[in-house]
Amino acid sequence: MHRVARTALLVGVAALVAASCGGDDDSASDAEGASGSGEPVTIEWWHIQNNDPGLSLWEDIAGEFEAEHPNVTIDITVYENEAFKTAIEPRLQAGEPPDLFQSWGGGELAEQVDAGLVTDISDDVEPWVDTLNEAAVKMYQVEGAQYGIPFDLGMVGFWYNKALFAQAGIDAPPATWDELLEDVQTLKDAGITPIALGEGDKWPGMFWWAYLALRNGGPDAMREAGETGSFDSEPFVAAGEQLAALIELDPFQAGHMAAVWDGAGGQAATIATEGAAFHLMGQWAPGTQEANSPDGEGLGDKLGWFPFPSIDGGAGDPTDGFGGGNGFAVGRDAPPEAIEFLEYISSPEVAQRWGETNSGILPVVNGSEDSITDPPLRDILAARAEASYVQLYLDQAYDPALGEAINDAVEQLYAGQASAEDVAQTIADAAGG
Amino acid sequence: MPQAADTGHHTNGPAAVPAQRERPPGATGPPPTSRSGAVRPAARTGSGRVGAAWRKRVTIAAFLVPALALYVLLTLVPILQGAYYSAFDWNGLEPLDQFVGLQNYRDALADPVFLAALRHVLVILVLSLVLQLPFALGLAVLLNQRMRGRSLLRLLFFLPYVLSDVITAIVWRLLLQPAGLVDDTLDSMGFGGLSQLWLADPDIVLYTVFVVVSWKYFGFHMILYLAGLQQIPTELEEAAALDGASRAQAFRYVTLPLLGPTIRISVFLSIIGSLQLFDLVWVMTNGGPVGASHTTVTYMLERGFERSQFGYGSAVAVIAFLISFAFALTYQRVVLRRDVAGALTAMGAR
Repeated sequence: MHRVARTALLVGVAALVAASCGGDDDSASDAEGASGSGEPVTIEWWHIQNNDPGLSLWEDIAGEFEAEHPNVTIDITVYENEAFKTAIEPRLQAGEPPDLFQSWGGGELAEQVDAGLVTDISDDVEPWVDTLNEAAVKMYQVEGAQYGIPFDLGMVGFWYNKALFAQAGIDAPPATWDELLEDVQTLKDAGITPIALGEGDKWPGMFWWAYLALRNGGPDAMREAGETGSFDSEPFVAAGEQLAALIELDPFQAGHMAAVWDGAGGQAATIATEGAAFHLMGQWAPGTQEANSPDGEGLGDKLGWFPFPSIDGGAGDPTDGFGGGNGFAVGRDAPPEAIEFLEYISSPEVAQRWGETNSGILPVVNGSEDSITDPPLRDILAARAEASYVQLYLDQAYDPALGEAINDAVEQLYAGQASAEDVAQTIADAAGG
Repeated sequence: MPQAADTGHHTNGPAAVPAQRERPPGATGPPPTSRSGAVRPAARTGSGRVGAAWRKRVTIAAFLVPALALYVLLTLVPILQGAYYSAFDWNGLEPLDQFVGLQNYRDALADPVFLAALRHVLVILVLSLVLQLPFALGLAVLLNQRMRGRSLLRLLFFLPYVLSDVITAIVWRLLLQPAGLVDDTLDSMGFGGLSQLWLADPDIVLYTVFVVVSWKYFGFHMILYLAGLQQIPTELEEAAALDGASRAQAFRYVTLPLLGPTIRISVFLSIIGSLQLFDLVWVMTNGGPVGASHTTVTYMLERGFERSQFGYGSAVAVIAFLISFAFALTYQRVVLRRDVAGALTAMGAR
């Protein structure tokens, strides 16, 4: 009895040791599979479309590709957005990225490029990459080379409850920042909480600051700050001051400092239950609002969308967008079949099917825009088509440490614990500028 | 651990038993390695002792190796790795080549957010000792009396401890949100004015966290105290009563001193628990708002994983480890010395 237990333990330890030493097997077999086209190949694919319709759609598409290529097996792993970020970390640290994995492009992708974890696919995708939206494709370039392919590009903008706006006597969405401030006061006077915010997650509040900075400084100021750390320059201080003026009106729902974006009592739920009139959020907002409403319907026809208003004297073009999307980076040991699969994902047919789901995924294949019928999403597509520049989300455009530092600094502005200058200075310090 | 060695010995089988009887108590020196002893009168016992001593060693090793291997692999090696990483500026992906020495430690100790996190831990720790443990002790004394529904009450008070930290955090998050059950209850009792932004107000959130932590853990300490109380013979308190001691005096001069070992262990577990406080805070507040409920561990995770500053996060982890380690060692050596004499502190006690 004792001996059996002891042996079992020893075997267990031996297995542990063996497992920790033998981690390289997977990538080695991938590389071998890549050499011959008829050989069985496994493509490991990590995505974050963990809810339907996206979940089933990706499954169908993988199945179709497998049917076309009998030697290919697509091994799908699905994570929720935040869980993905945690789960991918050890794989990247071990130098074993999946063959295709969720990527938002920008600074995070650049770090992966520096670490040699992703493949330069510029030559492979050259024949077909210009069928995709150029702004989206550029987000997956690092120093001119392509390391990933987008399938979605959306923009942050205002989602509003038309009924509540009408109730307060506002007939048109604000076109300038000053009008927006006036509308906030009008809503308050009508006894309506103007804005929903989930500052417990930090990034929803950062959207406001980032959009204001983009309107004040334009793409050049954003780019320069990313390179030199000049976040203490005039446009960023001005953005902080304008945001502070809004915060002073106390426009948010009670408890916004602890509220999350997606969850009970959170930003999406507050909008979905008509607890506030509008909020600033990306194209995925309607889906999350539906999931956070008692009847699963969200606001339905009451929901409208308008772009971020212009700012008097700002250097930024009022059509410039702030946003980002989804795409896939190609792991360093990916077989050539993985790139063929990317090409299939980027085909007009797949884009069409994504569009028809009207789920908030806005396909980037040129000409697929008509597949979307949902009116607010069509508004976003129109704004995207007009935008000469789309600023990628700051926590993805810059390196993650700086992105989080921006979130933390802006959070202090919402808590009334820092001035616009302090915030700008804190971020500039974190950026080493 | 001497006990473990003895236990191992008895499983050695009949052949080993006579040899053990002849072994002088306390003999721990190396076994005679020379075979020349064979010509002396003590020859037979000598060679028997050699074999037995070796078998004993093998047995000890066989029992120790699995646990030791796991301990080394999963505890010691990661600690050393963390200490190594903490000397680098490292984002977790690039090669470990930006050696910065102690810079990460200097940065941590100069960061007001980290210092605030340390202060938060200290607040939770002190409040637990001053409020939570006495409350648990009081309940234990009450529930040690003969009364109706005693078992049911014990069970009810112990229940929160059985919940996982994550579930506790999610449930309390819902209860504490604006116009949630807590506010509604206050309102219906006419105390609506007392309602606060329990989790959203940076000045209040830490105390909210303390209340939830106490709600979850007081039952555990209560059960510890109950177990301790039941080991105290009732004759002692009866004797004190016969001698004219009041109940308060009996409690102060008889019960409390005899409960000493239990209290010392309970305090130890409470302090270590405060130093390691994580899951509940992470799920309930994420360390916010504006870092007002950060603990050392939530701060470490936020800097390490969310900001991908793994070198810096490791430095924070090492600081947290050193604090816990220094405390545990001091406490065991000083406060628990009598309680663990002969076990952990055998060498010092001799």
